[in-house]
Amino acid sequence: MSTPAYLITGARPYGEEPQDILITEGRIAQLGPDAGRAPGSENAVTVQAQGQILLPGMVDLHTHLREPGREDAETVETGSRAAAKGGFTAVHAMANSSPVADTAGVVEQVHRLGLDSGWTEVYPVGAITKGLAGKTLAELGAMAESAAQVRMFSDDGHCVNNAQLMRRALEYVKTIDGFIAQHAQDADLTAWDTEQPAQMNEGRVSATLGLPGWPAVAEEAVIARDVLLADYVGARLHICHVSTAGSVEILRWAKARGIQVTAEVTPHHLMLTDELVATYNPVYKVNPPLRTEADTQALREALAEGIIDAVGTDHAPHPDQAKECEWAQAAMGMTGLETALNAVQHAMVETGLISWRRFVEITSERPAEIYGHPHQGRPLAAGEPANLILVDPSASTTITPEQHATKGRNSPFRGLELPGRVTHTFLGGHQVLAQGELTTSRSGRSAE
Amino acid sequence: MRHLLATEGLTYDDALTILDTAEEMAAVTSREVKKLPTLRGRTVVNLFYEDSTRTRVSFEAAAKRLSADVVNFSAKGSSVSKGESLKDTVQTLDAMGADAIVIRHSAAGAAAQLAASDWSEAAVVNAGDGTHEHPTQALLDALTLRRDWHAAHRGSGSSTSPRGTDLAGMRVLIVGDILHSRVARSNLWLLRTLGAEVHFAAPATLLPLGVESWPVTVHYSLDQALAAAPDAVMMLRVQAERMGGAFFPTAAEYTRRWGLTDERLATVADLTLGETQSPALILHPGPMNRGVEISAAAADAPQTRITEQVTNGVAVRMAVLHLLLTGDHA
Repeated sequence: MSTPAYLITGARPYGEEPQDILITEGRIAQLGPDAGRAPGSENAVTVQAQGQILLPGMVDLHTHLREPGREDAETVETGSRAAAKGGFTAVHAMANSSPVADTAGVVEQVHRLGLDSGWTEVYPVGAITKGLAGKTLAELGAMAESAAQVRMFSDDGHCVNNAQLMRRALEYVKTIDGFIAQHAQDADLTAWDTEQPAQMNEGRVSATLGLPGWPAVAEEAVIARDVLLADYVGARLHICHVSTAGSVEILRWAKARGIQVTAEVTPHHLMLTDELVATYNPVYKVNPPLRTEADTQALREALAEGIIDAVGTDHAPHPDQAKECEWAQAAMGMTGLETALNAVQHAMVETGLISWRRFVEITSERPAEIYGHPHQGRPLAAGEPANLILVDPSASTTITPEQHATKGRNSPFRGLELPGRVTHTFLGGHQVLAQGELTTSRSGRSAE
Repeated sequence: MRHLLATEGLTYDDALTILDTAEEMAAVTSREVKKLPTLRGRTVVNLFYEDSTRTRVSFEAAAKRLSADVVNFSAKGSSVSKGESLKDTVQTLDAMGADAIVIRHSAAGAAAQLAASDWSEAAVVNAGDGTHEHPTQALLDALTLRRDWHAAHRGSGSSTSPRGTDLAGMRVLIVGDILHSRVARSNLWLLRTLGAEVHFAAPATLLPLGVESWPVTVHYSLDQALAAAPDAVMMLRVQAERMGGAFFPTAAEYTRRWGLTDERLATVADLTLGETQSPALILHPGPMNRGVEISAAAADAPQTRITEQVTNGVAVRMAVLHLLLTGDHA
């Protein structure tokens, strides 16, 4: 099937001066007042975008698409639809599926499911260790050489606690031009794999609620160790979902020393605090846990300043029964793909901490650069791939999980009125989202 | 009050209403016919996810003395052990017409979740949720303390009943595993609401991080805490699973430093209730580890109120069920 040309009129690239943009053959053909008269514009479908902002499609380094194995929670198809609706033109699917994505076979399966869906680009993340067990290295080379061409390796959901194994992993991925993404959580300090594992941030609130605490130092100690290891062996390290003010200070120190470390923060850690746990509503149970107001503020400032590089949603859908139970038994995680723009606009843009230019860096350019995607997170300029989104920044959205494309209804933002709305998503020039509704995917699927 | 979930947030007036009603219930309990008809035809379900025969029997006795029908639902050996969710269990009990659900659960917040849900219309009583709260235990402790505090202080001619009085000026020392104790948490909030001053004595490993934000004076040394002349000393049970060396080296070291030994009993014996001549009190929520946190002599000493606590537990639970199910603030 052939993709039509599109002429977007009156959109503001990076939130700046309005422009017309012509998209043909998957690329931005022209950008400027003459776009409507340029070759190829004759049969273009016009998208009137007055008042809207044109941005590069967002790139999410951190999602859980649950397939294979937990198709009741999410599939690559439903997760990809959620990505398109949320304004993501590329997502990275963590390895904690069942079976674990620790072989070429599984990552190729996820890769192929992503191509078949065609709502967004899906990049499987390979496990660092076999079965995420933290004992022996998975076949990293085989995953790198597979059709999925995996570059990012993570045991996310589990920390690589063994320092020697972490050192070896950091070294080994140098040979395949990859990088390690660490879920920083000291197992002992969080009583992991015990009868009484940590349940929430340790502090004033946990003391009162009587829930076992997940101390900030359990994250910070691992990050400190790992930046030293990365420095020692000269490898690249990415830190998943940074959640504490102390972690920010360690990252600041590491970056000042020139250590090759990058970091992401989730939208929920930018907005929500552990005070919410007092409701005992498991929708607020997440790992790492919601922290304090001071942490939230430090994370926002670090993201504005560049100590934290990127936003990663840690989109983690769960079926209702995994959250409709006692706190201690409930699953950890929150959906995030379809609320990320709203949350980041609220926490970062509306507060005056960042401009839309910086928004593009943290949601698109830096994550694409960290992974090494040559065609994502590109400038809004003629000749560039048309991975684009249109955003109505003056709209406001009351978050209603039942309207989401993800199977998960576990959004911590339920009922909140947040700014912004993703109206259009172009995936390689193909319009997968129009006026906030899914159209057809690049592979020709409809959302019915 | 629709539910009783915690003492944190329980108002002074509600706390006093419960305690005063409990005094009336205690009067019933001492009669030959220990029964009131107030909850006839109402159903109280004891939903116990944790073994606790003492607490369950106390709630059962309380409900029966109010003429309620009592259903005991133990999660052990039931469909719950086959994976049935709290939601489904509660909806089942609701469908059977439960008017009140008394829930004991190892998960903190279980009672609060149940009360916040639309799973049941029943009144919810928290009978202990994880390491969060155990409000009826704190209320029975307060009832016990108030009686002695009032008796020691009342002038000649004033009422023998402590009704309407509080614990203003009383100094209560709670000793032991504060970190894992729902009893300590519930007591802290309630005792403070009633005007008492609260002290903790414990090793730092058994105090929650963040305790400094609580309205409490913390001592690492029990001897120093006793030197501050408390009016009552509440010893907490040390769970066997804490003794493995992770929280303190050995049971013997714990006893030496934080146990109410015979030597420390001699110190307590010299303490009085405020400026009066009445002896200071010793409490323990039970079950005791004699020889670990409390010596046999201390457990059986004249100023020890452990059996009174058990008796008062029934009266307090009668009061709570009565108030929740009749809405009658008698």
